[in-house]
Amino acid sequence: MALVLKIGVKSLLLHKVRSILAGLGIVIGTAAVISLLTIGAGSRKEALDAIKALGATNLIVASVKPPQDSSDATRRARILKYGITWEDYERLSSIPTVWRAVPIRAFPAEIWYKANKFDGRVVATNPRYAEINRLTLLAGRFLTDRDEDTIDNVAVLGFDVARDLFQYEDPIGKSIKMGNHYYRIVGVMAYRVPTAGVGGSLAREDYNRDVYIPLSTCRARFGDWIIDRRSGQFTAEELELSQVTLTVHDTHQVRPTANIIRTLMERYHDKPDYQITVPLDLLEDAERTALLWAVFLGVVAGISLLVGGIGIANIMLATVMERTREIGIRRAVGAKRRHIAQQFLVEATILTTTGGIIGLGVGLVTPEIIRYVADWLFDYEVTTQILWWSLPMAPIIAIVVGVLSGLYPARRAALMDPIEALRHE
Amino acid sequence: MSEHTPKSGSVLTGDGFSDSGGTNVVVKIVDLVKNYYLGSVVVPALRGVSLEIKEGEFLAIMGASGSGKSTLLNLLGCLDRPTSGQYYLGGRDVSKLDDDELSEIRGRYIGFVFQSYNLIPQLTAEENMEVPLYYQGRITPESKKRVRELARLVGLEQWLHHKPTQLSGGQQQRVAIARALVNDPYIILADEPTGNLDTKTSYEIMKLIVQLNDMGKTIIMVTHEPDIAAYAKRIVMMRDGKILSDTINENRTIPRDEQEPLPVGQN
Ligand SMILES: Nc1ncnc2c1ncn2[C@@H]1O[C@H](COP(=O)(O)OP(=O)(O)OP(=O)(O)O)[C@@H](O)[C@H]1O
Ligand SMILES: [Mg+2]
Repeated sequence: MALVLKIGVKSLLLHKVRSILAGLGIVIGTAAVISLLTIGAGSRKEALDAIKALGATNLIVASVKPPQDSSDATRRARILKYGITWEDYERLSSIPTVWRAVPIRAFPAEIWYKANKFDGRVVATNPRYAEINRLTLLAGRFLTDRDEDTIDNVAVLGFDVARDLFQYEDPIGKSIKMGNHYYRIVGVMAYRVPTAGVGGSLAREDYNRDVYIPLSTCRARFGDWIIDRRSGQFTAEELELSQVTLTVHDTHQVRPTANIIRTLMERYHDKPDYQITVPLDLLEDAERTALLWAVFLGVVAGISLLVGGIGIANIMLATVMERTREIGIRRAVGAKRRHIAQQFLVEATILTTTGGIIGLGVGLVTPEIIRYVADWLFDYEVTTQILWWSLPMAPIIAIVVGVLSGLYPARRAALMDPIEALRHE
Repeated sequence: MSEHTPKSGSVLTGDGFSDSGGTNVVVKIVDLVKNYYLGSVVVPALRGVSLEIKEGEFLAIMGASGSGKSTLLNLLGCLDRPTSGQYYLGGRDVSKLDDDELSEIRGRYIGFVFQSYNLIPQLTAEENMEVPLYYQGRITPESKKRVRELARLVGLEQWLHHKPTQLSGGQQQRVAIARALVNDPYIILADEPTGNLDTKTSYEIMKLIVQLNDMGKTIIMVTHEPDIAAYAKRIVMMRDGKILSDTINENRTIPRDEQEPLPVGQN
């Protein structure tokens, strides 16, 4: 066997350029498949992680600024009122299948500690917020029901806020200023990797830049207006709640509950100033997309390997014809038909296997290059995930392609008449 | 058929038979017929050829072009099957064996020397010599040693690692002869072995072939040239697919030492 390989390698090296060109199809095919798999798996993982982070038993109702008609432009001074109201919240949380409702009111704000300023976001919410978003504490405590009842000026800082404002100091017990009021810091959250946006319906969320305060406190201190006067601009809106996250017990209850929410919201809102997001639907969408992607990959892999295989078959056929005399010689000195067939099969397989292994290498490097280039040129983050099962697959498929594409040429070679072959010029 | 393995001690054991005595019949063909079919046309290449060749003989087959010499040699070499008739090689009827069995016979009991050397271009001289052993699965450290001894016998021990393209025609033919000897075959078949060589090189190759015959090898050679046939002990003339005459060569050319001048005056 070792000798067959040696002879095969020697014969292939006799026509280096031809062998390289023949193997190139397989290299490109394998590389394409591995790269697509790696990038595909990366983006799929990113999407699924983001959706799973939302929770499959959650339903999210968010306020959306409605499209403004042209007459609004002339009345720019008017304050826009839109979004989910406290009444909506009461209605939604009284749906029987809903066991937990977390309202939030979020708006951008300047956060001051002594002379340090941080442009972050105030998130007014209730104590369940940390639970539903799977946030963990680094120090201190999260908001409590008692904070809510006492309308206390307490705050819990996101990781980046605490780090930027306090650096080496311990923030617990210190006071920050937001708007016209001071808030006592009772806790700091642990770092949380920002979530990716999902298909346009959910924005990317960076929890690390948030400051959490009780809803009752927020209502008392900020009112229902949201005034943004950062970076010189001034906008004012009236918005009671930015979002309500509802949780049901079981995934079976998600769709019926979604229908009830839809009905309720439609009844009390005559303009589309809210959006209902069902993570379960997104999850299923993402899985359907992933399946489509897999089918697409399969087709790409199939086509590229078919083309590669045809290339190999073509080259092997030319080789067989060119080496007719050699076949005659081998037959004369005792080679059986299967020896001849084996020789050409081995050569085809060496070509495809080498191509497959090189393609594997190229396929592993390419996504990293793409990631680097995308980040550098377009500031776009591409997530990659190497699928370990795909690594042995590449050479295995290459071997199969080699054998299949070598089959016909090998058969042609084996069936040659030794006398004719010896006479061949 | 007796087990046929090279004996140690001698490069050429020279006996395919256990009861060696120089009178064994190595090749026996009886009423051999070979027809080629070109569409509906039948081309009779051999029309009933009978022949007996004993161990140690040196036979030259001559005849006009198209008389059936190559056809006969191909049948003797088990490269083809006769249309009818029998062929006994070393006592065994090989005229009706299948393709795999014929390959086995060729690999073990027959050595070929061709007009155009027929070496495998991508292999070195040494590897070319080993090819028959390779298909028998008999490449061993001992066989490597034997290949080197054969290389010395044909005068090529310096050239073992050269490719055919780096060798002269005469050297390539020597490699081919060594390859033909490597399995210690019953018969060596040579189709115009000097056809591509100049006079001086032809002489050297014939000297080597005569030397092998002197060492006991049975040689069957096809040639057009009377002065090449003159080295043989027995000359078979063919015409139209039949044997015209089968005679002992009375005026045999005996190669002289290399220092002596080439034989002249023989056309
Ligand atoms: N494969 C074949 N198909 C058809 N006819 C063939 C084939 N091989 C040989 N013949 C015919 O058989 C006859 C004998 O051919 P062969 O090759 O044995 O002659 P030869 O004596 O070797 O001639 P040369 O001296 O030219 O080599 C010729 O008439 C030839 O045309
Ligand atoms: Mg001929």
